[in-house]
Amino acid sequence: MKIELDFLSVLAQWPLLVKGVAWTLALTAFSAVLGGLVGVVCAWARAHGMRPLAYAVAAYVELIRNTPFIAQLFFIFFGLPAAGVKLTPKIASIIAMVMNLGAYATEIVRAGLDATSRGQMDAAKAIGLNRLQMFRLVVLPPALAKVWPAMVSQIIIVMPGSAVCGQISTEELSFAANLIQSRNFRAFESFIVAGAIYLLLAIAVRKLLTWVGPRFFFGNFGAQR
Amino acid sequence: MVEFSLWDIFRNIGLAARWTIALSLVAFIGGGIVGLLLLCLRIGGGRITQALVGGYVQVFQGTPLLIQLFLTFFGISLFGVSVSPWLAASVCLTLYSSAYLAEIWRGCVDSVPKGQWEAAKSLALSFAQQLRFIVLQQAAKIAVAPTVGFMVQIIKGTALASIIGFVEITKTGRIIANATFQPLLVYSFIALFYFALCFPLSVLSKRLGLKLSISSR
Repeated sequence: MKIELDFLSVLAQWPLLVKGVAWTLALTAFSAVLGGLVGVVCAWARAHGMRPLAYAVAAYVELIRNTPFIAQLFFIFFGLPAAGVKLTPKIASIIAMVMNLGAYATEIVRAGLDATSRGQMDAAKAIGLNRLQMFRLVVLPPALAKVWPAMVSQIIIVMPGSAVCGQISTEELSFAANLIQSRNFRAFESFIVAGAIYLLLAIAVRKLLTWVGPRFFFGNFGAQR
Repeated sequence: MVEFSLWDIFRNIGLAARWTIALSLVAFIGGGIVGLLLLCLRIGGGRITQALVGGYVQVFQGTPLLIQLFLTFFGISLFGVSVSPWLAASVCLTLYSSAYLAEIWRGCVDSVPKGQWEAAKSLALSFAQQLRFIVLQQAAKIAVAPTVGFMVQIIKGTALASIIGFVEITKTGRIIANATFQPLLVYSFIALFYFALCFPLSVLSKRLGLKLSISSR
């Protein structure tokens, strides 16, 4: 038996692939930035917030971490319109991804916050910083430096996860692959190409984030360790 | 038109949960066996074998599970075999979990002090014996918590099998949502069922991890 593979007919549709890559990266970037912020805020709320707030954050984190992303996405896109909240596929995708990453980021950042030593806090108090300044200037930077590798890993997990967003017709990479195979019936080849692109993106994004972190987010804390 | 009561929706999704559990078990057991094999290759194999296993892990961790499912589904049918969603989903999730489990377990084996290997060697144990009697026993203790934690990821992964037509919680839910026009309710039930399956495992994994870190102090 002979199997013929025709990758050229897939690559001939490169504009679709490029658009798909752009959306996949955009979704990842949105979720990384906003999800990271959600994580920092929630981690702060869980550590220093009022009791009910801390419980609410804990419930949010457990709920997201113990349900599949696709169920969250479908709930937001198909479920919420029944409650009067209508969202476009792209907005729904972004919200779902931000909420998803936010929950994981909360746990990651929290682990970093726990590591700040008592003496540092006392020192910060002694030079008259208020609570917010203390958090932003003293507690957060070393915490981020400490958890940055875990954060990068989580972002790398979320990026391929965004493939599910194609199911609600967000035009990301897996949607492009699906579209291509529906045009030329080269299903296996187009998913191989898409898979290879995802793999390259994962490697590239990991490199980029490992480079970016120490330079922009937490100064030279990473270098001291 | 058939009317769905709240109980009907709940019962049908509950019945579908059996398939989510069945697929998760297949993926976990199959993945465990293949993963153990990969682990042995990675620890005991030569340079090239190690690199190959590393590449395998990287491929499965760096590409979307959804794409992997499509590839298995269309890949098997390239050989002229007609594929049931069951077959494609179990093959794919088995390979997927094997990659992750091999990587998790490798971390556990690496955390066994090197002296243990050397001591075993000095007792003239063969490589297989060193692995079986000395190293894996200690690594297994460390591995329990993250392995249970990974089961959560497998259960969540099975939700994607709904896209290639495997009827489990998510797929059943979608069908019911389309029939009843009550998406909010149905999708809440879906989330609830997954939560009921996953949360106990998450808690268990955390407990086991905590227990271990206390006992090793």
